[in-house]
Amino acid sequence: MRHAALKVQFDSLEQQHEASRLGLWLFLATEYLFFGGLFLAYTVYHLLYPQAFAEAGKHTNLLCGSINAALLLTSGLTMSLGVAAIRRGASDISALWIGLTILLALAFLGVKGAEYADDIHKHLVPGSAFALSQVPSAQIFFYLYWLMTALHALHVIAGVGFMLIVLWLAKRGKFSPQYHSPVEFAGIYWGFVDVIWIFLYPLLYLLDRHT
Amino acid sequence: MKTKHLVLVWLGLVAGFIATLLLGQWRLGFFYTPVAVFIAAAQAFLVVAFFMEAKYSSRLTWFFAAAGIYWLGILFVLSLGDYFSRAWLK
Repeated sequence: MRHAALKVQFDSLEQQHEASRLGLWLFLATEYLFFGGLFLAYTVYHLLYPQAFAEAGKHTNLLCGSINAALLLTSGLTMSLGVAAIRRGASDISALWIGLTILLALAFLGVKGAEYADDIHKHLVPGSAFALSQVPSAQIFFYLYWLMTALHALHVIAGVGFMLIVLWLAKRGKFSPQYHSPVEFAGIYWGFVDVIWIFLYPLLYLLDRHT
Repeated sequence: MKTKHLVLVWLGLVAGFIATLLLGQWRLGFFYTPVAVFIAAAQAFLVVAFFMEAKYSSRLTWFFAAAGIYWLGILFVLSLGDYFSRAWLK
């Protein structure tokens, strides 16, 4: 008998899983090229204006950035534990780990929101009221800071949505050791969100902190 | 993957995080960025290989993942080559 989750164009769940995973990695390849353009802009301007970047980099909120790095790295672990649990057939434990991952992601967004409020209060938004207008080209750093962190935060929000759907399906008993592709794919996507922050953290929060 | 292995990967990631944070307090100046990016690449490798399970995926999946990195390499090499060779023309 065909498994209920097996789509008509596939012969087996394994084949369907392999095809879907390949599609997800193709999507992620376009995603890291998309972020790659911003990282390239960062690299070019950092090489052109090293002093401005060093000066501007002192004004990002290191505490918030570090808390968020710890939260995201840990959420990568909890998500992987959720995937490992569903493979063993422990769907309740899996749901617990995914729920914890969602909470960590929401905590990340909360810290990010508080940090943005602090940045706005300190006039670190590029424009006429920009606080560091005496530093030439510092606006370029903050332009990239806002764009890259906001784009990353959008991916965190998308990840939370993805995990909520997976959690809902898990609660309805849709997954088993034989079929749990969506859980695994949410985990792969979440790993990507993790990787972007791993690169953003030193580039935006730790430039020239010793002085 | 076993819980023990996943926790070990996480410990590796935390070690990288602490190293990045502490090195940032050192007087490395402009050299901080390449060092930090190297540590970040090692952390990213751990996440991709274990949390994203690339290590346990098919070779075709590896190829798709690597193709993106290859194009990223072209984007960086050609763009930076262009930006930083223009000064010679003046």
